[in-house]
Amino acid sequence: MIELKHLYKSFEDKDVLKDINTTFDNGKTNLIIGQSGSGKTVLMKCVVGLFEPTSGEVLYDGRDFVGMKKKERTLLRREMGMIFQSAALFDSMSVLENVMFPLDMFSDDSYKERRRRAEYCLDRVNLLEAENKFPDEISGGMQKRVAIARAISMNPRYLFCDEPNSGLDPRTSLVIDELIHGITKEFGMTTIINTHDMNSVMGIGEHILYINQGVTAWEGTKNEVVGSGNQSLLDFVFASDIFRKAVISQE
Amino acid sequence: MFIQRFLHSTGRYVELMGRTFRKPESWRMFGKQYLKEMAQLGTDSIGIVLLISFFIGAVICIQIKLNIQSAWMPLWVSGYVTREIMLLEFSSSIMCLILSGKVGSNIASELGTMRTTQQIDALEIMGVNSASFLILPKILGLVTMIPLLVIFSTVSGVIGAYATAWVGHIITATDLTAGMQHDFVPWFFWMGAIKSLFFAFIIASVSSFFGYTVEGGSIDVGKASTNAVVSSSMLILFSDLFLTNILS
Repeated sequence: MIELKHLYKSFEDKDVLKDINTTFDNGKTNLIIGQSGSGKTVLMKCVVGLFEPTSGEVLYDGRDFVGMKKKERTLLRREMGMIFQSAALFDSMSVLENVMFPLDMFSDDSYKERRRRAEYCLDRVNLLEAENKFPDEISGGMQKRVAIARAISMNPRYLFCDEPNSGLDPRTSLVIDELIHGITKEFGMTTIINTHDMNSVMGIGEHILYINQGVTAWEGTKNEVVGSGNQSLLDFVFASDIFRKAVISQE
Repeated sequence: MFIQRFLHSTGRYVELMGRTFRKPESWRMFGKQYLKEMAQLGTDSIGIVLLISFFIGAVICIQIKLNIQSAWMPLWVSGYVTREIMLLEFSSSIMCLILSGKVGSNIASELGTMRTTQQIDALEIMGVNSASFLILPKILGLVTMIPLLVIFSTVSGVIGAYATAWVGHIITATDLTAGMQHDFVPWFFWMGAIKSLFFAFIIASVSSFFGYTVEGGSIDVGKASTNAVVSSSMLILFSDLFLTNILS
């Protein structure tokens, strides 16, 4: 479980996040949504520690990440996995080496065991056949799947996904969503996804945090979106008329 | 304004070096990276070092023989001057200036691209000290390899000088050998090697600083690469002045 308490972040004179309070539960796919420039990427970066919040608390199962010493923070980070928008695979390493990397860094297991674990993770994302390829030899969707395999190789308790569907076709996006959702349930992780993809919102949004101009504008589940009465949220989620009609007819 | 920017950059550089010189999280991965960097920064530079040194050795010998040497000078002067130039300045300082272009831009663009494609962020999220993991093997790899490159450069320069005797017949091999052996001071060799260690540190650390701290996109990576080469070249020239003064 990750709790955010009175989280603020400013850059010089500009307040980007203002008093964010929420709880991301275990075993749930938690989505952060909002328009471009609303502050959701900054929020994600504050949660994982790539940005320091101006004030407020980020609690990982009660452990205050912001106030932690550097060493404790490094240890906590080993419980995290992250999937970046660009996949961020190490381009000098093969697919298998990418997935083995966290294990090579932090695991005391033998090479055989580390390799077996990496192959299991690759198999979980259906990419075992690509283990000897390099990132530039595989498609964007496959790169995202490798990033997922790398993120789960150390059995993380917290999984962060920054726009995992960006640049992917709708079918591949669906595969990635189902994969993240399935892994979250299987490993009981706290998963936070930063997304623009409304299919993801309506598909796997078990807890949705809608950020508008740096403040929490709405919070709920995918089933509560239509009846939320929040015009700003509805305008954002149903920007496409076709999508709006499809969802309403489904309802 | 300039002084403020200079102090700011120096502070960030020192801070980065503080993060770089830490105990590696995994000696196994450090060893792997160290060997990789020795090959990439050192072994891959042997070709260009041999080529440039060969021609410069030959050209120095020809220039001295044809344009400087006169009837009242001993016949061994060309060989002697060629040896001293190669040992004292070319193989250490000028070769490092050339390497700052090749190796420096390589380091800055590699780290800059890793920064812009979030690979460094990925390392940080995993709990890896990215500065130590990426930069330390580069610095140690280049510092390890540079004395070898200096030796290769000196030997190649001498062979280049002999080529003017064997192939061009501009000087006799006997005169050249007499010059090469005349009044040899072994300390000059060590002086070049010691200077090169400092230069290797400058090239690897300054280029890493510019690459690691890139903000923006591909244009900024290009700028960082240029800045890395210019700054490390300037620092090599300044430190050469001081080191030569101290070591002579």
